[in-house]
Amino acid sequence: MQIPCRVVNNVSEIRNYTLNFGPQHPAAHGVLRLVLEMDGETIERADPHIGLLHRATEKLMESKPYNQNIPYMDRLDYVSTMTNEHGYVLALEKMLGVTPPIRAQYIRVLFDEITRILNHLMWLGAHALDIGAMTVFLYAFREREDLMDVYEAISGARLHAAYYRPGGVYRDLPERMPYYQTSKWHNQKEVDRLNANRQGSMLDFIEDFTNRFPNFVDEYETLLTENRIWKQRTVGVGVVSPERALQMGFSGPMLRGSGIEWDLRKTQPYEVYDQLDFDIPVGATGDCYDRYLVRIEEFRQSNNIIKQCIEWLRENPGPVMLENHKLTPPKREEMKGDMESLIHHFKLFTEGYSLPEGEVYAAVEHPKGEFGIYLVSDGANKPYRLKIRAPGFAHLAALDEMTRGHMLADVVAIIGTQDIVFGEVDR
Amino acid sequence: MNNAADKLVARIGDRFGDSVSAAVAFDEVTVEVAATDVLTVCTALRDEPEFSYALLMDLCGVDYLHFGLAEWETSAATGSGFSRGVTHTSSTVSAEGGSDERRFAVVYHLLSVKNNSRLRIKVFLHKDEPMVDSVTGIWSSADWYEREAFDLYGIMFRGHPDLRRLLTDYGFIGHPFRKDFPLIGNVEMRYDAEKRRVVYEPVSIELRTLVPKVIRDDRQISRQQDADTVQGGE
Repeated sequence: MQIPCRVVNNVSEIRNYTLNFGPQHPAAHGVLRLVLEMDGETIERADPHIGLLHRATEKLMESKPYNQNIPYMDRLDYVSTMTNEHGYVLALEKMLGVTPPIRAQYIRVLFDEITRILNHLMWLGAHALDIGAMTVFLYAFREREDLMDVYEAISGARLHAAYYRPGGVYRDLPERMPYYQTSKWHNQKEVDRLNANRQGSMLDFIEDFTNRFPNFVDEYETLLTENRIWKQRTVGVGVVSPERALQMGFSGPMLRGSGIEWDLRKTQPYEVYDQLDFDIPVGATGDCYDRYLVRIEEFRQSNNIIKQCIEWLRENPGPVMLENHKLTPPKREEMKGDMESLIHHFKLFTEGYSLPEGEVYAAVEHPKGEFGIYLVSDGANKPYRLKIRAPGFAHLAALDEMTRGHMLADVVAIIGTQDIVFGEVDR
Repeated sequence: MNNAADKLVARIGDRFGDSVSAAVAFDEVTVEVAATDVLTVCTALRDEPEFSYALLMDLCGVDYLHFGLAEWETSAATGSGFSRGVTHTSSTVSAEGGSDERRFAVVYHLLSVKNNSRLRIKVFLHKDEPMVDSVTGIWSSADWYEREAFDLYGIMFRGHPDLRRLLTDYGFIGHPFRKDFPLIGNVEMRYDAEKRRVVYEPVSIELRTLVPKVIRDDRQISRQQDADTVQGGE
């Protein structure tokens, strides 16, 4: 079949083009539809059309008791699920005026940082893949596998954990990791190799990971940091000045990449972040390359925080959930023999608990930026209104300004650097 | 923290006088501003060094139509239960919660990176005329937040450069986050093989309430927490 083709001889016939990018495009990171107005290959205006993944999470949450809403948080930013839950349970705890046990706070910090590594691995792999570096993606997913095994061991789910609860975390860290078993694809020798670092407790497994991980980060850096193509594609692309970053509501690595030292873990510490030792990397020029360096350094800092948490958790056993049965369910054995526990159990799983009337805003330093929950309660067992402040939403809104004047190929680099996940943008 | 919040309320009182009302709840400062004063108050909050709220973290709409209305009155219903999966009827929520003048609210969450301080601004809007000045000229980030509030609540922002729908489908009718918009929606869509296109039809499922909304004015959770801390301290 011949494709009809019109040769344009006269230069004046070249007009501006409107290019439709997505919603099904591998570099669109999900379901982003971009309408690009182009002058040749230069972007004049980018108009993102979002909402293709809009599930009205906030409205659905208005019809469910507080605890049943925790799994919705996992489905927002589905690559950093536990930090989403963290924002939500912090809002509930702030309103209830309860503080979880100290061990639960350390476990939360531990998993927040594991989640940060998980998220940044996904970001690094996808970002590099978009720009043309295939290998990094494979490396990043190799490490994600170990961390998702940790997720599975603690909560039973590799991604949608629903592990944080108001008043603590669902359960204490397990004493052993699940083992690989022989199958058609893995013989005994290979299984023994895979299980070698799973012989101890979960903390041993995570510690083994933290010892290996800095070398992995070095590997990524060897592939990218001084890579000529990588630098050509990221240095000077998507530059955001500190003033504009504030104006456009940036947070997290996007804000820090522009040179503003702002991290909620330091400035408005929650849980036990004020007792841990870590640094906040800050960029200088505010381009894609600086944001890359900021996130790479966050890998190392998160790894350090995890090590500190492991050390503390080893030495300090204790409860991980409040014993306040108006809020947290009693133990299953107690429920079988104790009338009071049975009543508490029944009330909690049918009606739930009521929050006092009022409104709170709780925010955590999510891997992508500030993840905030604005909760309005009218004293009922369900939220009256719950607004999710997703970091990616503000970042994607700035796509137009960031891409203007760049080439079409740079759009992909800028989407990558923004670390967009549509679960949280569309909600 | 509490002290800082009280000081902020005092500073706001000194600066803006009676035109705004500031209050502290849960260690957070909420300032209620009249719809006509939004632009002047916000500009001052951004530019004056004692406030310098350079960042608009969040902007959202709230619909107060059913505020404080329970679906099941527990005190009067000792003999009758609320069976699972009852069909949601209009009688379960009958009275109107929010008054007409305070039906909608636009809530702004501000952050000052310089002073490490947060502030919430609330603007109440009338049911028939939910319109407020756009703050896109003050914070660029307001652009999409205002489009979202317009899309989901039908709140109009005067002076917004491009007030289009953002999250809902092309050609969507209604404002889905309003409390009188049913959770299941009004239309459903499917592919019609005969017409060979997607068709919209009135929704065929029934809205069920699995857990009724119950309002209990008890503070048992925080009371028990207080008791625990006293015991722990001894």
